[in-house]
Amino acid sequence: MNFISLGYGDLVLASLLLLFSGVLSIRLRLGLEKQIGIAALRMVIQLFLIGMVLKLLFQSVSPLWTAIAAAVMVGFAGREAAARQTRKFTGWWTYGLGTSSLMLAGTIVTVLALTTQIRPDPWFDPRFAIPILGMIMGNTMNGVSIGLDRLLGEAVREKVALEARLALGHDRTRAFRPLVRNAVRAGLMNIINAMSAAGLVSLPGMMTGQILAGIDPTEAVKYQILIMFLIAGSTGLGTLAAVMFAVRRLTDSRHRLRLDHLRVQDV
Amino acid sequence: MLSIRNLSRPGLGPVDLSLAGGEIAALTGPSGAGKSLLLRAIADLDPNEGEVRLDGEARDDIPAPAWRRRVSYVAAESGWWADVVISHFENPAAAIRMLPDLGLDEGALNWPVSRLSTGEKQRLALIRSVTLKPKVMLLDEPTSGLDDDSKSRVEKVLNDLVADGMSLLIVTHDNAQAKRLKASVHRVEGGRLVEGPS
Repeated sequence: MNFISLGYGDLVLASLLLLFSGVLSIRLRLGLEKQIGIAALRMVIQLFLIGMVLKLLFQSVSPLWTAIAAAVMVGFAGREAAARQTRKFTGWWTYGLGTSSLMLAGTIVTVLALTTQIRPDPWFDPRFAIPILGMIMGNTMNGVSIGLDRLLGEAVREKVALEARLALGHDRTRAFRPLVRNAVRAGLMNIINAMSAAGLVSLPGMMTGQILAGIDPTEAVKYQILIMFLIAGSTGLGTLAAVMFAVRRLTDSRHRLRLDHLRVQDV
Repeated sequence: MLSIRNLSRPGLGPVDLSLAGGEIAALTGPSGAGKSLLLRAIADLDPNEGEVRLDGEARDDIPAPAWRRRVSYVAAESGWWADVVISHFENPAAAIRMLPDLGLDEGALNWPVSRLSTGEKQRLALIRSVTLKPKVMLLDEPTSGLDDDSKSRVEKVLNDLVADGMSLLIVTHDNAQAKRLKASVHRVEGGRLVEGPS
């Protein structure tokens, strides 16, 4: 192995690049310096913390702690997905909907990958389970968040057309079909782009990481392909689930459009 | 045919109303009085309470989409979801036969929706519902914004439908129109029905 360990000085040096962007933002009055700074600070703190947590988790190999860590990850992903919505359901529905879709898709795909493809021993070994779930969750979260945002936005904009269809006796599934199609397509756009560009435009992060850690590129590629399939599967499943749940919540059992289930928004 | 008892929702009712087969009733009244709310409530497009029956059958026993095919609501503002007009019609052949009656071009079904004027949309939306052969139609200002010629064509079509046994409930601001259609007039004020013309 020819793994090169990084010192803290190396990180400080790299952070100067970001500092430069911040200075530019101040000079050009873009007003982004605060956002950039907070995001960078969050990234550093969150990653150091997770580094320590992972170390502890990997040492214990406990099914309970692995499950707790996974649940916390899903909870945060749900919160992020809900926070990015332009339009939200009343109450906890946006968070609940996003989180349960993420939980459904993330659990199915991660457990499937661990028990049938990667097969560590024990299968829940956190050294495998947590990073796999993390990669899947990060991408599925984007899909769910974009899909929901598109669906809720279009439902409000297309109110007259939706109600015309319902008045003509279309059921809610049929009336919402074009909106569901657009929302799921938007949610999947990122992963489709990532798969299309993989290797040509971009070297995916995980594969790059493995190569930097000294793994043979052809082995790293196999892992990357597996991960891409897992991410695509989970994003598809999660986005579709979230969008379908949201259609149920935007309507009721009498097939009425229930925009009153959305928060009133003054733009 | 259509019987309504104690129909209410916020801003409306309780409303009692019955409509025989082949009857036209007109709803008049100031803007915001609840005329559209009443039509929407009958079509079950908003949450509402009360008893609505068609030929004795309770609305709650019929799935909502099936109900709306029998009791068809045509909104004042028509809705379109596809690019081409014909995609909105389940029975294009029947629709094409109706186009000349309403003064529309015979090729209108092949037009893009973006090309339609407000008046054309309004008449096409009427055809779209009529060709589903509902028993009752709930029409929200079906001739607002139409010129006199189109208006009388629409009225002629409505009269023919009623002669065939359809029941119509029409929101109109035009008392003369109600008279021409030989409609019984119900005035709506503050979400309630007040019998007789204003």
